[in-house]
Amino acid sequence: MAGSKEIRSKIKSVQNTRKITKAMEMVAASKMRKAQERMRAARPYSEKIRRLAANLSHALVTDYQHPFLVRKSSVKRVGLIVITTDKGLCGGLNTNILRQAMATMRRWDGSGVSEVQVSCIGNKGLGFMQRLGAKVVSQITHIGDTPHMDQLIGPIKVILDAYQAGELDEVHIAYTRFVNTMSQESVIELLLPLSGERLGTPESAWDYLYEPDAKTVVDDLMLRYVEALIYQGVTENMASEQSARMVAMKAATDNAGSVIKELQLVYNKARQAAITKEISEIVGGAAAIAG
Amino acid sequence: MAMTVHVDVVSAEKSIFSGLAEFVALPGESGELGILPGHMPLITRIKPGTVRIKLPYDKEELIFVAGGLLEVQPGLVTVLADTAIRGADLDQAKALEAKQRAEEALANRTGEMEYARAQAELSEAIAQLSAIERLRKIKH
Repeated sequence: MAGSKEIRSKIKSVQNTRKITKAMEMVAASKMRKAQERMRAARPYSEKIRRLAANLSHALVTDYQHPFLVRKSSVKRVGLIVITTDKGLCGGLNTNILRQAMATMRRWDGSGVSEVQVSCIGNKGLGFMQRLGAKVVSQITHIGDTPHMDQLIGPIKVILDAYQAGELDEVHIAYTRFVNTMSQESVIELLLPLSGERLGTPESAWDYLYEPDAKTVVDDLMLRYVEALIYQGVTENMASEQSARMVAMKAATDNAGSVIKELQLVYNKARQAAITKEISEIVGGAAAIAG
Repeated sequence: MAMTVHVDVVSAEKSIFSGLAEFVALPGESGELGILPGHMPLITRIKPGTVRIKLPYDKEELIFVAGGLLEVQPGLVTVLADTAIRGADLDQAKALEAKQRAEEALANRTGEMEYARAQAELSEAIAQLSAIERLRKIKH
């Protein structure tokens, strides 16, 4: 029975792996539903604040131009907010977004960008950017399954402050957009300066009364608008993470199942061969005695 | 029935209230505000406090907000509520913390080795499975 013991223990270990991946699949499925709900729940706010920002950016063109709306003539220094997951085992999700981020950074390098400041949201992106030797100015990891604005304010502010101080000419955001359960799309978008397409056309500009004054209100509004955009990126990324994990774990569970079947077959064959060998030995022995 | 105005209270994380109201009272930047239907267009910051919404049929809704923005349009009142208490100092402290974390993480990369190792083992097992699977397909 040479080898059959090894095969048996291999089967056991694959079975254990399958148990784990199966459990992770189910956990991811239930978390995915919640993550999708959160993603949808964040939409009314960002939609409302976008409309308000559009109205104001239109109404205030001559009065006061917020720094977030001013386009720089040359782009020398760029900020990049990288949103990734904290944990792995979610297919190619992080690999895809980080590969794209790296390609983009290389392209910037080639087109005269002298400095890239990176802000990392999520463990995987942080590790990657550090290995890459990028200048990581702020980070937040372990935001858990329910992201809160509270946790994001700090890391975002570092980048936004640098932008407002004129240290950065553009800010981009990299995250994985949720399309549906089966497909997620990694995107790198221009966040600042806010583009006209992003804001949309104002529905109608009222002559608002501002309290305490227009500048304060616009400053506050723009900050919250940009934060809402980033928050939305984080919730989308989270929904993408859970669905990618669910799909990856389902594939792993299926693979484990077929490997077990295969090993079982090999084991049965080995066992049968051993039995056959034993019988032929007995028969041979009996024949020798009889002879 | 008295005149009503549509009121939306939303925060970045969820929609809190949406419906018709007869009157809204909230803590504005420069004093308590009372908004009746037909109020003129207004945008203001609001302070942390309670938003009181008087609904038709003598019902009332009380919502605590941690500050935010108020927009009044003809026929529509929108409260963009913050989910966290904001302030220049508070925000600054958070930014500093985020910066510090980035620096610490650079200095100390050995943290969470245990978890990382366990995860590496599991992903190795999964990689093995898919490699075996692929080999099997080539064989047949």
